[in-house]
Amino acid sequence: MDKKPSVWSSNRFWRRSATWVTGVSAVLLIFLTMDSMSQMTMGTAKDIENKVAKRIPSPVVINYKIDYQLNRKRGHEVPIIGGMDANGNSKYEEKEKFFGRDDYSEKEASELIHKGKLTIQAKNCMDCHTLLGNGAYYAPDLTKAWLDPTWNTLAAAYGGKEYAIAAFLQNPPAMAMHERKMPNLGITKDEAKAVVAYLKFMAAIDTNGFPRNFGKIKGAVDARK
Amino acid sequence: MQGSRLYEGQKLALKYFFVAVVLFGAQLLFGLLAAIQFLYPDFLFGVLDFSINRIVHINALVVWLLYAMIGAVYWLLPDEAGIEVVGVKLANLAFYILTAAVAVVVLVYLFIQVGPGKESTIWFITEGREYIEAPRWADIGIVAVVLVFLYNVYATVMKGKHTGILVVLMADLIALAGLYLAGMFYTDNIAIDQFWWWWVVHLWVEATWEVYVAAVGGYILIKTLNANRKVVEMWLWIEVAMMFGSGILGLGHHYFWIGTPEYWWEIGALFSALEPVPLVGLFVHVLYDWGKERGKGNTIKNVPAFAWLTVETFGNFLGAGVWGFMHTLPQINLYTHGTQWPAAHGHLAFFGAYVAIMISAIYLGIQGKAGLKELKMTKAGWWAITLITVGVLLMTVALTISAYVQTMVERGMYGATWEGFFVAQADVWFTQGMGWRLFSGLMVIAGYGFLVYDLLTCDKKQPAEVYEEEAAAATA
Repeated sequence: MDKKPSVWSSNRFWRRSATWVTGVSAVLLIFLTMDSMSQMTMGTAKDIENKVAKRIPSPVVINYKIDYQLNRKRGHEVPIIGGMDANGNSKYEEKEKFFGRDDYSEKEASELIHKGKLTIQAKNCMDCHTLLGNGAYYAPDLTKAWLDPTWNTLAAAYGGKEYAIAAFLQNPPAMAMHERKMPNLGITKDEAKAVVAYLKFMAAIDTNGFPRNFGKIKGAVDARK
Repeated sequence: MQGSRLYEGQKLALKYFFVAVVLFGAQLLFGLLAAIQFLYPDFLFGVLDFSINRIVHINALVVWLLYAMIGAVYWLLPDEAGIEVVGVKLANLAFYILTAAVAVVVLVYLFIQVGPGKESTIWFITEGREYIEAPRWADIGIVAVVLVFLYNVYATVMKGKHTGILVVLMADLIALAGLYLAGMFYTDNIAIDQFWWWWVVHLWVEATWEVYVAAVGGYILIKTLNANRKVVEMWLWIEVAMMFGSGILGLGHHYFWIGTPEYWWEIGALFSALEPVPLVGLFVHVLYDWGKERGKGNTIKNVPAFAWLTVETFGNFLGAGVWGFMHTLPQINLYTHGTQWPAAHGHLAFFGAYVAIMISAIYLGIQGKAGLKELKMTKAGWWAITLITVGVLLMTVALTISAYVQTMVERGMYGATWEGFFVAQADVWFTQGMGWRLFSGLMVIAGYGFLVYDLLTCDKKQPAEVYEEEAAAATA
């Protein structure tokens, strides 16, 4: 007469299941996080000398030419630092002047990156723009802003695109590109330089191919003209 | 003396609910300003720029939900445990400290806005990190207040009854509070910055907050339908297993493009695709209990609370589940990441998963404060739930249409450049979506007006039989 209740309707069974599932998931997450952290630590100047690819490279990448090209093996675009070899990998050779210099030491470059990141947070950039695709959707994504074709057209007039971007940041309404203007946030000359350094550094971060086809199919609608 | 029936903890809950509703209004107001700026960019330019309006919009959202969540716990805690909240005086003090701190943070957002690129800005003005912009001093204050809250909960449950709902809440709240610490450090490495930032944001809204909702939802079912506690608690454990089982590793769907290893593609895709499953469960559970109790001829003890709970389960499934799933796979997310897609998803998900259930909990508080055995839906309450729900659904559809246009034009056709961004933003289909978003936002604000009116007056506007039953019970 007294039927044993099914385990499927037992609170004790489900409580134990919940505890186990949560515990196992949390342990896996911690393990994966530790592995990710080891792969995501910022590279060093030594890594660049030894041509060791890092997902987040050393700040001294600001001394090098940065590009973003399709890597056939990985099937998407990857940052190219200092020129590309035949296999589509970075050569870490070709330099590029940044505010007139291409010999920033690791310490100098790190200080620029530090100030740049602080300024990006202090001006709430992420509440209009996206960085690495995260943030607000009122203004363009900045992940590869350093490589944006817009700056190539302005570079000549300012003696280099870093100067053009820095001028823009110090008084954005004066160089407005669209009716949706960026406000003047009181960015100083030093802060502007540091932010530009950060944008260049960020363009060298390996984002697994985001954004796709960056700047490749401009005007695709009129491509056949 | 109506108030004397309440525990001191419940009186404190009402204070939390009050501030929550005020901040909800601030959220809507600043959302409206930002929505106007999408269409008329010169509106308040240089005075209250989009970034500032958006900060207040999303921070007010997070803070009012946390207020309502803390309030709901103080409401149900003495009721479930069967004793007064332990350390309630300290809890009251913490409430006033937190509220003063929130006021200061908001005033600094509005009037100081930005600072120089130095550590001092991070400490005193803004951290500039979406959702958790609050400066570091406020972070530390929040942690202190939360510790008081945890002490209240733990000490009360230890002394009183240990119900399943309380056990789940105890475990969940400690995780929720601990995760906040992951967002309290500075690093120059933006990839690592965002990695830990998602620990806070994702593991809150897609794991610990969801479990919180399941627990409080269970309590509301018991209160509004007299649902069987054993069944409710069994469902609760199943939901905890499914939510943490999918949500914890579902974190991976934020790790596709931020400098993270590729293995997160597979992990994030698989587990985040499972995230809607418990939300379907929650939905089915509520409808099942509703049908069962109605079949027995039982009345709903608090109609507005139950109606909002139903909106919650439906909106959670649709907004968090369906709209989230639509762009969670990396193959699609590569093109939708950083567009209006997450905005469309975010609006319906936050509303469906959290706003609706917190309004439901507030209605329980209103009923308890008035000491009514039953609370029926009033005209104003009906208008509030209809305008807000339809408004948010319409907003989501409008943003989704804009998102499609942005994805196709900016990402598909132009390869994500600045030019592509602005071409897409100027596309007539995009701006139409933004126009409908503004219209639907006004609907939500009208609904908010009805909601506030109803919360203040619904206990006095009940049909005659509610008071008659009350009087009969009193004389019996």
